[in-house]
Amino acid sequence: MKGKETMLEIKNLRAGVEGQEILRGIDFAVRPGEVHAIMGPNGSGKSTLAGVLAGRDSYEVTGGSVRYLGHDLLEMAPEERAREGLFMAFQYPVEIPGVSTVNFLKAAVNAQRAHRGEEELDAMDFLGLLREKMKLVHMDDALLKRSVNEGFSGGEKKRNEIFQMAVLAPKLGILDETDSGLDIDALKIVAEGVNTLRGADRGFVVITHYQRLLDYIVPDFVHVLAEGRIVRSGDRQLALELEDKGYAWLDTTQPTS
Amino acid sequence: MSTPDNTVEQLANREYKWGFVSDIESDSLPPGLSEEVVRWISAKKNEPEFMLEWRLKAYRHWLTLTEPTWAKVEYPPIDYQTICYFSAPKSATDAPQSLDEVDPELLRTYEKLGIPLAEQKMLAGVAVDAVFDSVSVATTFREKLGEMGIIFCSFSEAVVQHPKLVRKWLGSVVPHTDNFYAALNSAVFSDGSFVYIPKGVRCPMELSTYFRINAANTGQFERTLIVAEEGSYVSYLEGCTAPMRDENQLHAAVVELVALDDATIKYSTVQNWYPGDKDGKGGIYNFVTKRGKCQGKRSKITWTQVETGSAITWKYPGCILMGDDSVGEFYSVALTNNHQQADTGTKMIHIGKNTRSTIISKGISAGLGQNTYRGQVKVLKGAEGARNFSQCDSMLLGDKCGAHTFPYIDVNNPTATLEHEATTSKIGEDQLFYCQQRGISTEDAINMIVNGFCKEVFSKLPMEFAVEAQKLLAVSLEDSVG
Repeated sequence: MKGKETMLEIKNLRAGVEGQEILRGIDFAVRPGEVHAIMGPNGSGKSTLAGVLAGRDSYEVTGGSVRYLGHDLLEMAPEERAREGLFMAFQYPVEIPGVSTVNFLKAAVNAQRAHRGEEELDAMDFLGLLREKMKLVHMDDALLKRSVNEGFSGGEKKRNEIFQMAVLAPKLGILDETDSGLDIDALKIVAEGVNTLRGADRGFVVITHYQRLLDYIVPDFVHVLAEGRIVRSGDRQLALELEDKGYAWLDTTQPTS
Repeated sequence: MSTPDNTVEQLANREYKWGFVSDIESDSLPPGLSEEVVRWISAKKNEPEFMLEWRLKAYRHWLTLTEPTWAKVEYPPIDYQTICYFSAPKSATDAPQSLDEVDPELLRTYEKLGIPLAEQKMLAGVAVDAVFDSVSVATTFREKLGEMGIIFCSFSEAVVQHPKLVRKWLGSVVPHTDNFYAALNSAVFSDGSFVYIPKGVRCPMELSTYFRINAANTGQFERTLIVAEEGSYVSYLEGCTAPMRDENQLHAAVVELVALDDATIKYSTVQNWYPGDKDGKGGIYNFVTKRGKCQGKRSKITWTQVETGSAITWKYPGCILMGDDSVGEFYSVALTNNHQQADTGTKMIHIGKNTRSTIISKGISAGLGQNTYRGQVKVLKGAEGARNFSQCDSMLLGDKCGAHTFPYIDVNNPTATLEHEATTSKIGEDQLFYCQQRGISTEDAINMIVNGFCKEVFSKLPMEFAVEAQKLLAVSLEDSVG
């Protein structure tokens, strides 16, 4: 993997909401093929980090920089980021009544294809693509016709996120607490889906509260977030250590940087 | 009844005649309303005596009425003496000579709606030699209907050719005394459509005003009457998604539907009159009275409307459910943007036993738009086992618009069942962001979410109308979220 150029480079990123600073200087970089896990207790800024990277405008960036595939990510509109291959699996997927999952995804796929100067997929090819990717997360055909996430169970919503990721085939996938609220069977299905999507050209940022997910999606790097800073970085062992000793253990240790 | 051949001939002659505009134009009336004006209109249209009497009765009653003020709309007072009650067709010299002279904004809208060039000209009122390209289409179409005994013609023709039918049913659902605007319409109505479906006949095609001859100048005080005899079926489409060029600010139409035993009438409207500019200047005032009477047993009337135009909309298509087991339905999407105001809803009057009604209303407000749902469900004493289901949903885009709901319920029979659901939602930042995160633009995301919100109503529209309605919503919502 060495020698590959960095796809995402975050430098001293500071951000907050309504004047309150949440991220107080974040640094890390992701290269293609790498899976980075971001762990941390509640309120440490995990979801803020995901939101800032995806471009949610309720967050205010107050300092630092984020480079993504040669672009200044923070200057890009959310839809531009998506079209450039940045995908976020939501912690709380949103319901859109009256809009079928098929139509929603068709709009998304075609918007992204148009951005790349490709023609729209015809209906048959598109359905073929959906059918193929549904198998990845064992999704029921019937969910395609239902309104986006409406009346889906918690597990179905999360699987739908991974399914969408598979269909959109991003360059960088950000998973925001995808494991929350999942039972072990659903967790395995989701993790399996993510693992099939791992590849030499694709990077992942996996945000989670629990190390449990990392048993199934094995990360290359683990960063521990506390009070808006990365207080520790390491490999998989760090996650196991954390599980063993709990987040309270962090208070007694020194930050890495 | 005249033979279809006759009708065609008359039509052809008439169309030809319209080509010579000068003599017709000299017939234009100065502004103002009086008994003389009513007599003049009736004479001008060669109406039989009974029509004149009817118009005069309406006019005299109108004089005793005052304009209703209960609707949640605001507009400067209307001076009824400054309105012209008979406007002849625009002369060819007055009309724009080519599309180059037409408001580019209007053309942009036509383009977005995908309207062919020839039709753009017609809609924009450009002077063309052949009055309508659709004449031949309409003619063959009417011949076919004529063979089945279906009458589909302009109201003026019906008055002359089918006076018995007109006399029997005119005012039977909306009497001239009904309300201020209905009385005014009854006195001075210019033209409109007449449809008669004989017993047991299923009208094989959607009847559309678009194909009606002479549609161009009937806008201001339009009158429509549809009668469906026992066991018949008809689906009628009113309006056009394209904004029509129109010089008249006040519109007061009346639509009456009558369904006899086991008859079904579906009446679908897409209304897109000029809403005024972004500052609220200009725009049509649309004060409409629409009502259907389910006179027969097991009869059914369905109103479906998509209202996106007009500066002010005042409109309550209702059903009088007289026949036992009759069914009334109302499906509505009303969108207000910029300074538009809409006060719309329905009236369901349950009279017969086991009558059922369904109301689905979707109001969308954007910009400074004000959207009011006003509905009445009334169950009379004899309406044993009546049922109603009402659902009124409002969606707000932005924080300067408003949504209001006024449901009136009046139940006089203890066996009746009524359900009412209402929701108000703001188009969520979360929903928008979710779409954007998948690469969908803000504008497309809004369209998608709004169309999803309206899906239940769109699904009731005839297929091609539904597609147009979706496009129309998209165009109407443009720039609504900054």
